[in-house]
Amino acid sequence: MQTEARRAGASLPVKRRNGMAGLKRQWPLYLLMLLPMTFFIVFKYIPMAGVVVAFKDYNIFQGIWASEWVGWDVFREIFGMPQFYKALRNTLMLNVFALLTFPIPIILAIMLNELRVRWYKRLSQTLLYLPHFISWVIVGGMVIQLLATNTGSVNEFIKSLGGRPIPFLEDTVLWILTYTGAGVWHYAGWGTILYLAALTSINKELYEAAEVDGASRLRRIWHITLPGIKPTIVVLFIIQIGHMANISFEQPYALQNGYVMDVAQVISTYVYTVGIQSAQFALATAVGLFQSVIGLILLLTAELISRKVNQQGIF
Amino acid sequence: MIRNPVDKVIDTVVIVLIGLFALFCVVPMIHIFALSFSGNRAIMSGEVFLWPVDWNFHSYSAVFEDSSMMRSLALTVILVVVYTAVALVMTIMSAYALSRRNFTGRNVMFGLIVVTMFFNPGIIPNYLLIKELGLLDSPLSLILPLMVNAFLLIIMRTSFSGVPNELEDSAWIDGCGHFRFLLRVVLPLQLPILATIGLYSAVDRWNMFQDALFYINDKNLYPLQLKLYQMVINSQVNDATAQEGFNAATPIPQSIQSASIMFATVPILLVYPWLQKYFISGMLQGAVKG
Repeated sequence: MQTEARRAGASLPVKRRNGMAGLKRQWPLYLLMLLPMTFFIVFKYIPMAGVVVAFKDYNIFQGIWASEWVGWDVFREIFGMPQFYKALRNTLMLNVFALLTFPIPIILAIMLNELRVRWYKRLSQTLLYLPHFISWVIVGGMVIQLLATNTGSVNEFIKSLGGRPIPFLEDTVLWILTYTGAGVWHYAGWGTILYLAALTSINKELYEAAEVDGASRLRRIWHITLPGIKPTIVVLFIIQIGHMANISFEQPYALQNGYVMDVAQVISTYVYTVGIQSAQFALATAVGLFQSVIGLILLLTAELISRKVNQQGIF
Repeated sequence: MIRNPVDKVIDTVVIVLIGLFALFCVVPMIHIFALSFSGNRAIMSGEVFLWPVDWNFHSYSAVFEDSSMMRSLALTVILVVVYTAVALVMTIMSAYALSRRNFTGRNVMFGLIVVTMFFNPGIIPNYLLIKELGLLDSPLSLILPLMVNAFLLIIMRTSFSGVPNELEDSAWIDGCGHFRFLLRVVLPLQLPILATIGLYSAVDRWNMFQDALFYINDKNLYPLQLKLYQMVINSQVNDATAQEGFNAATPIPQSIQSASIMFATVPILLVYPWLQKYFISGMLQGAVKG
């Protein structure tokens, strides 16, 4: 029976495939999508609708829908709050510092590509990728063990040499460098993977031809390797710019401490403090929504620029 | 290949620089490892660098005797196993359906899923949803909201699309429906991508602490990472005073913290070297689309 239906379906014009034969064949697919689509509606779309809290005088007992509409009042309130601007400034600042480290994975990838000793290359790659799998809690813990002023190993060592301990975690400027360094530790090695993949697609004959022409190794890197990975560099750079207004929660939260909140309080941790710890849900939702909208605009702009520059979008 | 002196210099420089960066990546971890096995005196006098001084297991016995720590470990293991299984099943179901070319409405559904990757409503609306669903202080809050990762779903769908259409057609003619085709043909062909997605899910669940921080107040339900956060990071203020009155028998906070850090990292370290290639292939397949 099924076979006949299938053959009949195959001989009909495409449009008719959605008839009985098509449905009969497709119902298991709808069944398979049932739970995943329910998931997306409940856990992704309902929270999207939940941003209306930002426009309401949210009252836990009345619930989201029964609470009173207040228009843009909540936004007016956050735009008058110095802490909000500080969190926004810190978010951008820490992201700018992270952006300054953007070339590190590129340099690492080019160097890995130049390594001729196979086992050494393999081993270094394994070690370079490892930090990516270490959770931020553990990174935060390690940073304290190593850099704390009183008990950190680095400062113990400095003290044993007769020097004065360096307040890596208490001084704001040093903390920003610590934060950025922890980011490099966590991401830089893993970040080489996309560049290495791009490097393998460069035509080997180019290098041979250049060598015959007497181009030095550095010249070959400059004229062949770099142009070969340029599209990857451009796309990843645009993506990172597109994420300028977004910041993860775990990295800043695991690294921050009471001394440096002036520079360490970012949007995500601020939303947590105001929203979940102090239960000012409308306020925190508005701050989060502001960030999401800016983030969306930046990301779409990045996509447009990428289409212009690269003749192809990121997505 | 002709090697000139300049080439040799470049080779050496590259080997040294890469070596230094590799050390930068592992030395902190080796140091923590050394601290966790060292004696109190050696730690406090700053003698420990890459190898334990005055070997002992005090801090590890303290960690293993801490029943709340063991409870967190057990809970985390269960969470990781259940979550990985659920995430895999959900991702396989949707990836398979969305990879079938003759599936009416697949573009609409796929579009609805992709949209969720662009707009994140933020921490609070998610929190309010969990609250309304009555999932605060329930381990389910650490599984349900993460069941399908749209990014991993796209990776798996791309991979499933690689199964030739002719295979499906001939299976259909043989009277094999979608369920049997998925279980008997697609999944056995796609084991590497299943391993990749499963591993990503497992590592993510093992490492993540923000959702537990938001949704779990009951200390008995703390997963390992959150427990570790409270122990290592939140307690740093008390460190200086706690160290004043130490005696040789009880390990100082620093060595207990090091031991706890190792305790939560070792599973990752054990898994990682063997599965590295799956992680990398996942990253690359994701990049093609993402």
